[in-house]
Amino acid sequence: MMASSYNAKEEDGHHPGSSNHGGTGPSSSKKPDNTAFKQQRLPAWQPILTAGTVLPAFFIIGLIFIPIGIGLYVTSNNIKEFEIDYTGVEPDSPCYICAQNFSWNSTTPCICTVNFTLQQPFENNVYMYYGLSNFYQNHRRYVKSRDDKQLNGDLNNLEDPSSDCEPYRKIGGKAVAPCGAIANSLFNDTLDLSYVESNGTLNSIDLQRKGIAWWTDKHVKFKNPAGSNLSVAFQNTVMPVNWRNPVYNLDPSDPDNNGFINEDFIVWMRTAALPTFRKLYRIIPKKSGAASTLPSGSYRLKIAYNYPVLSFDGRKRMILSTISWMGGKNPFLGIAYITVGSICFFLGIVLLIINHKYGNRSSSADIPN
Amino acid sequence: MRDGRTMSWRSPLALVRDALHGQRARERELRSLVSNLPYEGLGKGKLPNRFFSSNTIKTTKYSLLTFIPINLFEQFHRLANIYFVGLAILNFIPVVNAFQPEVALIPICVILALTALKDAWEDFRRYQSDRKVNNTPCSIYSRREKQFLERRWKDVQVGDFVKVVCNEIVPADLLLLCSSDPNGVCHIETANLDGETNLKQRTVVSGLCTMDRGFEPESFNSIVVCEKPNDNLNHFKCFVEKPNKEKLGAGIESLLLRGCTVRNTDHAVGFVVYAGHETKSMLNNSGSRSKRSKLERKLNIDVFFCVILLFAMCLVGSVGHYIWLESLTGSPPYLTPDSRSNSLASFHMFFTMIILLQILIPISLYLSIELVKIGQIFFIINDVDLYDEETDSRMQCRALNITEDLGQIDYIFSDKTGTLTENKMVFRRCSIMGTEFPHKENAIRLAVLDEPEAEEEIIFNHRLQSAQTGWSLEAEDVTSVDTSRHSRSKVVGMAQSDVAFSSPLETEVIPDQNLVRQISRAESSSRRGGSRRMDPYLDFFLALAICNTVVVSMATARRRRACVSSHSSQTNNPLEILSNLVKKASSFIQRKSTRIRTQSQDPVIDSVRMESTADTNGVSQSDRPAAAAAGSEDLYYEAESPDEAALVYAARAYGFVLLARTPNNVAVRLPSGQVLDFEVLDTLTFDSNRKRMSVLVRHPITKECVLYTKGADYAIMELLGTPYAEHLSENQKNIASDTQHHLDSYAKEGLRTLCIAKKVVSEDVYRSWLVNRKSALAAIDNKEELVMDTAVQMETNLTLLGATGIEDRLQESVPDTTVALREAGIHVWVLTGDKPETAVNIGYACRLLEEEDLLINMSCKNKVTCTSSLDCNLEEVRRYDEDLLNVDTMPSISLVIDGHTLTMALSPDLRDRFVDLAKRCRTVLCCRVTPLQKSEVVKLIREKLKVMTLAVGDGANDVNMIQAADVGVGISGQEGMQAVMASDFAISRFKHLKKLLLVHGHWCYTRLANMIIYFFYKNVAYVNLLFWYQFYCGFTGTAMIDYWLMIFFNLFFTSTPPIMFGIFDKDVSAEVLLGVPELYRTGQGKGEYNFLTFWISILDAFYQSLVCFFVPYWAYKDSDVDIFTFGTPMNTVSLFTILLHLSIEIKSWTVVHWIIMLGSVGLYFGVTLFYSAICVTCNPPSNPYWIFESQMGDPMFYLICTISTVVALLPRYTFHVLKNSISPSPLLQGRELDRMDPSTRDQWIREWRGFRGGGGGQVKRYQQSTPPSPTQETPVDFLPEFLNDDEIPDDDFSLNVTTHQSPVLT
Repeated sequence: MMASSYNAKEEDGHHPGSSNHGGTGPSSSKKPDNTAFKQQRLPAWQPILTAGTVLPAFFIIGLIFIPIGIGLYVTSNNIKEFEIDYTGVEPDSPCYICAQNFSWNSTTPCICTVNFTLQQPFENNVYMYYGLSNFYQNHRRYVKSRDDKQLNGDLNNLEDPSSDCEPYRKIGGKAVAPCGAIANSLFNDTLDLSYVESNGTLNSIDLQRKGIAWWTDKHVKFKNPAGSNLSVAFQNTVMPVNWRNPVYNLDPSDPDNNGFINEDFIVWMRTAALPTFRKLYRIIPKKSGAASTLPSGSYRLKIAYNYPVLSFDGRKRMILSTISWMGGKNPFLGIAYITVGSICFFLGIVLLIINHKYGNRSSSADIPN
Repeated sequence: MRDGRTMSWRSPLALVRDALHGQRARERELRSLVSNLPYEGLGKGKLPNRFFSSNTIKTTKYSLLTFIPINLFEQFHRLANIYFVGLAILNFIPVVNAFQPEVALIPICVILALTALKDAWEDFRRYQSDRKVNNTPCSIYSRREKQFLERRWKDVQVGDFVKVVCNEIVPADLLLLCSSDPNGVCHIETANLDGETNLKQRTVVSGLCTMDRGFEPESFNSIVVCEKPNDNLNHFKCFVEKPNKEKLGAGIESLLLRGCTVRNTDHAVGFVVYAGHETKSMLNNSGSRSKRSKLERKLNIDVFFCVILLFAMCLVGSVGHYIWLESLTGSPPYLTPDSRSNSLASFHMFFTMIILLQILIPISLYLSIELVKIGQIFFIINDVDLYDEETDSRMQCRALNITEDLGQIDYIFSDKTGTLTENKMVFRRCSIMGTEFPHKENAIRLAVLDEPEAEEEIIFNHRLQSAQTGWSLEAEDVTSVDTSRHSRSKVVGMAQSDVAFSSPLETEVIPDQNLVRQISRAESSSRRGGSRRMDPYLDFFLALAICNTVVVSMATARRRRACVSSHSSQTNNPLEILSNLVKKASSFIQRKSTRIRTQSQDPVIDSVRMESTADTNGVSQSDRPAAAAAGSEDLYYEAESPDEAALVYAARAYGFVLLARTPNNVAVRLPSGQVLDFEVLDTLTFDSNRKRMSVLVRHPITKECVLYTKGADYAIMELLGTPYAEHLSENQKNIASDTQHHLDSYAKEGLRTLCIAKKVVSEDVYRSWLVNRKSALAAIDNKEELVMDTAVQMETNLTLLGATGIEDRLQESVPDTTVALREAGIHVWVLTGDKPETAVNIGYACRLLEEEDLLINMSCKNKVTCTSSLDCNLEEVRRYDEDLLNVDTMPSISLVIDGHTLTMALSPDLRDRFVDLAKRCRTVLCCRVTPLQKSEVVKLIREKLKVMTLAVGDGANDVNMIQAADVGVGISGQEGMQAVMASDFAISRFKHLKKLLLVHGHWCYTRLANMIIYFFYKNVAYVNLLFWYQFYCGFTGTAMIDYWLMIFFNLFFTSTPPIMFGIFDKDVSAEVLLGVPELYRTGQGKGEYNFLTFWISILDAFYQSLVCFFVPYWAYKDSDVDIFTFGTPMNTVSLFTILLHLSIEIKSWTVVHWIIMLGSVGLYFGVTLFYSAICVTCNPPSNPYWIFESQMGDPMFYLICTISTVVALLPRYTFHVLKNSISPSPLLQGRELDRMDPSTRDQWIREWRGFRGGGGGQVKRYQQSTPPSPTQETPVDFLPEFLNDDEIPDDDFSLNVTTHQSPVLT
């Protein structure tokens, strides 16, 4: 009976199946399942990185990257950008006096004007930025020094801000609104731009104050505290020490642009990543009829010089820039793509040679002892 | 004894006193126990044995209430967790914190929770099993009920009387007082304790229980004095003091151990001496072993490097912050007022940096490694190739954390018996009174069994033709041997031999005709004379039958084993057995005749014919030897050592049938049919010091006291007294030297040799000896030594009867395995207790030694010669080595050293020279070594050469060695489970070592090594992003990545891919690894995970993090980007870089790889998008609201991600490609082999091997390996004679270097 169920041929296989011999049920046997997973025989793709196999990848990367790089470079070059430093470090610069005589307490702003010339006309929408240098908005304590709940209109936090705001949390028992170091150091220079006609008359350019902040910031993240009247809503709070106007009166011209949803304020509160940064200040919309938004010619920038930067070796700039799908002017990415594409192409050629030289070697491979 | 007074209450003072008293009682060396029965019904406080632990067991570590504190306490013992908690605490200090304190707690909480969950689950399982065990029913005697009542195990107390019945498991350690067996014997099976499946006898303490009345627990009024509980399963000291002050000694032979199963005994009653945790089995229950692997030791060094790196980076941050502060003029508006001085602030910044960069220390690496190893072990134990059909056992991994060590082994130390060989002993030949009986037919029978399956079909085609010749009945057992032998490794049901040592292979012996005639002559002469003198031939076989500890059991009464279901095929019906046997017999006949037809020159014909004529003619009349044994009776012999069983079966073949054995009696049936009942006066059991055992019996006819001794030849030879008998003629006086000569030739054939001797003890001598013996047995101190001394006293002046040669067959595929291991660059050493000749022969048989090898023998008498011998050999070997530089061939050197010389070579002043010599040898055979020497050798090589060692063995004598080696492998074979218990891995056959090391070892090592390197890389690459940002934020510890995403990044997004990589990645397939064992060498020595690869990966991490940081940096420079928008592409680029980096490293992509890699990316995007969409005011200051969404709507994001990833990975990718193209590693070539189809691959491997080996030793591998046959002229003959002690008394130095160049095989 043992012999009758025995088949020598069948059993000679390397992996005998779990056949049932002599009444030993497979259930009682400890024999492991002979499945692909448990025996580590799952079908697998085993790529081997050799010159022959990766050649196409290098050429493809090269062929894709170089056109992208050229496209990016051209796009970046088409963006027009103009930048002017109005800090007033040099004695002959127009804002030298304002820079030297600065005091947080002065009630009347120091006005200075800077003249400049645009060599080329700026088409489409022109974005006006202010730029600060050596300003560490990314300082850890600075970044932390805000209360998002307060800015979101939470009434509890309005009158009892988070301890993160220390030491700009309360003044004389009253909560600071908006609290914290970021809000306290709000950029408060006012920039006005006029076109100087050839006859010398100043043609003031319309600067749009709205639409400079992220839509989600303005409508979701930042909210004014509930209440029909902003000044009432903020009545139990005080403004930050460095401020000249209370938060509900940041934009006298537009009542909807006041309080925490003031867009200049929102832009400032989005702390910059690097110590040299720019922030969107105004938008100069494209004029429907005219050929260019900013024609070439002379311009005059009138600055209400309120913001001190000399104390920390900072610089202030005004930047005018057109914008493309890739943002502002930055040739780096284009150059990078072209370079990397070229390198890949070159490596592809090197690998082609190597493949030619070593490609047929595998059959004479020798495994060293 | 009864104490009538009872105390109604107990003062606290009394309680304290009681507790102290109990403490003292437990600590005392000797314990006095009395029966509990007189105190039954009294409170617990009154019981005299109350101080000793009860039988309730509790192996759980925690209870419901104490789980959290105790588990936390245990977890905080791990340094890594302390580091983590330290960081979390640091984060609560306002001046240094980098994140919100709560966030920093997440990682440690997750890790602690995961570990706690694992611990809780394990503990719960233990609790469940404890509860089950504690509630197992048992019978305890109750005085009130006057009978045994059913109780639970947990109710058993020390001092109770417990009754166990057949097949019941013993609930506590019981002193056996009474047994249903008339001889006072109780059989137990200790499989639960040590895995040994043979029955063991336990005897009642004599003088307590009288058979006629049965045992009455109530009348037990003695005091049991026993030693303090210990974990020695083979040792117990105790005496019972009767009221009349008589002391009765008792030892382990009267102790029923908890966990054993009662067999073949209706019931037995025992007195509980140890209960619960004090029982020997519980004391033996140590948890799983924990070893540190080589890789982990190396890993800890690298973690230390990471700590240094972390400190360096923090120092840079701290100093940078100071410089930045100093460079400030005035007080910028972004600087919040700070009263701290610059230096204090930068000092605080150091700690902030530590918190920020904490993941540089890969804490989760330890958890990941544990998970990876669990996965690896899962695959190892599930490998169908490592499963043994015969024993239905899988490979066991007992140590969970050294899997990767299997891939780095340099030296294997192997035991011989049971490891290289089957440890299934087959009687081959014997020498009696100086005459050799070669047993040629038997040899032929065994040779037939070795034939390949070619004849199988013929046999089974003809199996129905019944051939009821007279021969078949007689040969029933012979033939059953055959079939089972063939099916042994093939058919599960049949092959699962129920009883450990009764595999039919060794149960049957074809008698040597000369010897049969010799016996019948002797028997008839002794019958005629009726003489008081036994013939030496009869004596020899009587000795074989008597002098052992074999237990006889009947086939019909074979015990049922725990796993009944798998043995359901094992029929218990004798009729059926008989019919099976007949069938098999007929097939055997068929086979025989086939052979006869085909090989007419074969001498087998003559023997068969001769045998059949002998049978049919009835030369030996009714007492035909084999028929007496087989047929009507089915006796099964169960022995503790397979040699014994083989000898008993051999005796049975000659008609000396051991019928029954009780402690006091041995019944043997002689060929004449006469049954002799020997009274056993004493048994001097075997021990490794004496190397022999003796049985002292009283001969039923002559009434003489006869001592039969059997043992190792050198142990017996020196105890010989006068030659056998005075009436022998002169030329037979030198039996001893003749026998010695035979022994030597047996050894050269690789047989195990035993000498049989006897001694007639006069009555006076016996009586005086008995007194000593009794006092020795009753002794508590030094009992063993005293008992051994008495044995030595008795075993003197022996008379040599003869010697036996037993073959221990090589396990299947052993030569193949050793050759593969050798090709893999592993040195295989054999450490054996056998004689050098035997060892050398086995060495050739399993291809450890090749014929063209240079063989060095070292066998020295004293240290001076040993020193000079070592020096000479070293000189020789060095010269040989230099020669080799010119010659292209691969001859190698092998060393054979014996135990005595080894002792000297291991002495402190010589060991360096010995190691120097040994490391130049491919193989070293150490003969006649003790277990201690085995472990010394392993330790020496391990420490001096700084190599990875693996020890493999199957017996208790290998335990030391297994524990000394880096990796201990136990073979669950014939000699119980002690080796397995001590081992890290347990396999069932030696050949499994090949796949275990070459495939699983290699895989585990490369997987884990690459996984660890990758893990280091991953953490450094990610954390450095934060570090580079510090240069742009004034070293203030700002992170540009959202904290939650940062934590999730390590915890979820990138944690599973490396674990998957560590479990599943397969660089080269198993087939190629087995076909080209040379690939194993990549893991040896420093392997893939070494100083260089570690630092290269760290440098690569630095490079990649630079790219991941600076490409986005340049792209966003001087724009209106905010911090977290700036960090988002970096996080994403890092994710892609880290995952694609792994993709470059992954060697084979299965569906699991794809799911996990794509899943990780999907998880990242899913979680980040979701988190950015809902988190409006949460987690200040890093408000993530809508940042990721706005980034994903920006084409720049994709452009930046693409170029950063490409630039980051380009160098590594190119490097891999160039290296693989220009100088491919062996492993890569292995992978290329993998892509060929199997036949081309085999062809290629063969060609390559032929090319490399130059037709030398390597080629032979593919031919059928033929161990030198004993009948042919073997290379052993070219060896110098081993110089025996007695032969060369003066010259104590022997050194020989021989080479034997054999013709090159083609």
